[in-house]
Amino acid sequence: MSSKTIVYSELRASKAYYILLSICFAIAGLGAISFFHLEHEGHYVTGMNNQIVWGLPHVFAIFLIVAASGALNIASIGTVFSKTIYQPLGRLSALLAISLLIGGLAILVLDLGHADRLIIAMTYYNFKSIFAWNIILYNGFLALCILYIWTMQDRKLKAFYPYAGFFAFSWRLILTLGTGSIFGFLVSRAYYNSAVLAPLFIALSFALGLAVFIILLFFTYRLDKRELGDVVLNRLRYLLAIFVAAAMFLELARHLTALYIAQRQGVEQFILLDGGIYTLLFWVGQVLVGGLIPLSLIFCRALKNNHWSLLLASILVIIGGFVQLYVLIVGGQVYPLELFPNAEVQSSFFDGEIHAYAPSIWEWMLGLGGVGLALALFLCGMVALRFLPKSLADSELVAH
Amino acid sequence: MSQINAYRRKFMAALSGIAAGGLASGVILRSVQANDVPAKPVDQPVSNKVRWGMLIDINRLTDGGASMVEACKREHGWGNDPKARPEQQAQWMRTVKVTDKLTKHSFTLPVMCQHCAEPPCVDVCPTGASMKRADGIVQVNKHICIGCRYCMMACPYKARSFVHENLTDQQPHSPRGIGTVESCNLCVHRIDKGQLPACVEAAPNAVIFGDLNDPNSRISQAMKALGGSQIRADLGLNTGVRYLGL
Repeated sequence: MSSKTIVYSELRASKAYYILLSICFAIAGLGAISFFHLEHEGHYVTGMNNQIVWGLPHVFAIFLIVAASGALNIASIGTVFSKTIYQPLGRLSALLAISLLIGGLAILVLDLGHADRLIIAMTYYNFKSIFAWNIILYNGFLALCILYIWTMQDRKLKAFYPYAGFFAFSWRLILTLGTGSIFGFLVSRAYYNSAVLAPLFIALSFALGLAVFIILLFFTYRLDKRELGDVVLNRLRYLLAIFVAAAMFLELARHLTALYIAQRQGVEQFILLDGGIYTLLFWVGQVLVGGLIPLSLIFCRALKNNHWSLLLASILVIIGGFVQLYVLIVGGQVYPLELFPNAEVQSSFFDGEIHAYAPSIWEWMLGLGGVGLALALFLCGMVALRFLPKSLADSELVAH
Repeated sequence: MSQINAYRRKFMAALSGIAAGGLASGVILRSVQANDVPAKPVDQPVSNKVRWGMLIDINRLTDGGASMVEACKREHGWGNDPKARPEQQAQWMRTVKVTDKLTKHSFTLPVMCQHCAEPPCVDVCPTGASMKRADGIVQVNKHICIGCRYCMMACPYKARSFVHENLTDQQPHSPRGIGTVESCNLCVHRIDKGQLPACVEAAPNAVIFGDLNDPNSRISQAMKALGGSQIRADLGLNTGVRYLGL
């Protein structure tokens, strides 16, 4: 721990807090309404179809799941890599990880054709399926995060703290590898089938988890009028830059590799050049808004110690990451499967056509509902237990 | 690359010519024979000694397989779900028109589940609902399908559909359920009774159905003599549905 003893306390449940919590629950409620509608009517009310099999709900779900594993990274840096300045943030980081994961899983589960058969997913396992492994990995992650928080909160279990931290860190790396591999293992789809997706998802999780953490840390401290100094925020600022750069690097490697493979040139040309909205989202949303602008904001000397520029950078990283997942998940399906290379194909099942996808209001409600649920859980957790250091002022912390 | 492709097309065309000749002579491919599919006694389990498959001669399909698709629709009752948009309609089988970009050579063929020996849809299914029967038939166990659609993402042939709405008046032998994934099951209910799949019956002069594991079956003999191409053979899935004239 840092040289001074860090004192933790519950978040004060002010009027503003209750208003925020109500808003989050209301949004989560919209998600619930959407779920009941889908369950009752079937998926024909959505924009998804037999060509675009996974749509906006999956983008939201995977965003939250990836961000969840990244959010735990703040705690891991304190525990596994013994960076004491991060240790006071450990509890909050683990709480955020749990909240985001539950929000993401809720979307994924409620979008199933048969959400009522969740028990089957828990009892019938095909161990060759990376999806089945992920079910185990997600449940294990939740259990480990709870144990980790326990060792951080209970002095009697302090001896187990490093072990819990190390185990949780290892588990989260495997979990994100697993999430990336959901796409990486799809041998027949030219835009996905790549081992790089696994490390790319890890880098992306670091960036997204940290960006979400920075924003929530900042606003929670303002909400409760606690002190948050430059030392902590500057550490997080440069860490964010490293993660954003790493994610961009792996994405670059992925596209360069694909461009060398003749079979993949079609889909690459679609995403990078001729894909209309998807090309625009890739270059403007993902590369510019999600990568280059945040990096410029972080490294601009004039903006050093400027909290708002860091916040803006974090928001842009979140937008860029969301867009990146949208381009990957939806864009990768919009481009048709190639049954016959070097031939034009035509059929009643839209073979050879660029598919169209427009998410319906129900998909937005379900996706945002998961975000609302995650934030509501996060807010509830902070009031229930002592997750927040009373002060993160510079004088309270000694950087290492 | 395109030169090699052109050679390949020529070779294929030549092969189709030979095939057409062979078939026209009636030496190998005759009309459907009753003993192609022996009935399975209900008290006996499915055996892996058998592997069901079919060989489709594209050159002998006068309609490109449209009558096969219609027979499949009638047998399983898909294709006219009242609320689903066109892109949400299930299609267990469709005809695909293929035109080579360089040679402009064009042909039409029916495409459905290819009943792979190494099916990607079975590998990815979290619950094991997407399964391969011992006799090589790939199908969905509707009772444990949770509707995650991962198999649809994994299938290279776009052979699977998702049921987007509540359905009524279904075929008793082929129940379809909201929120589950479905595809060609090689008319498993007919095979178990010793009947041919509906699509095979609809094109008796262009399709041979039978046991790929039996070297003496008509399909094995025909494939030995004429070959049997796979769609996306590069994936190494060893499909049970093979084509002549591809």
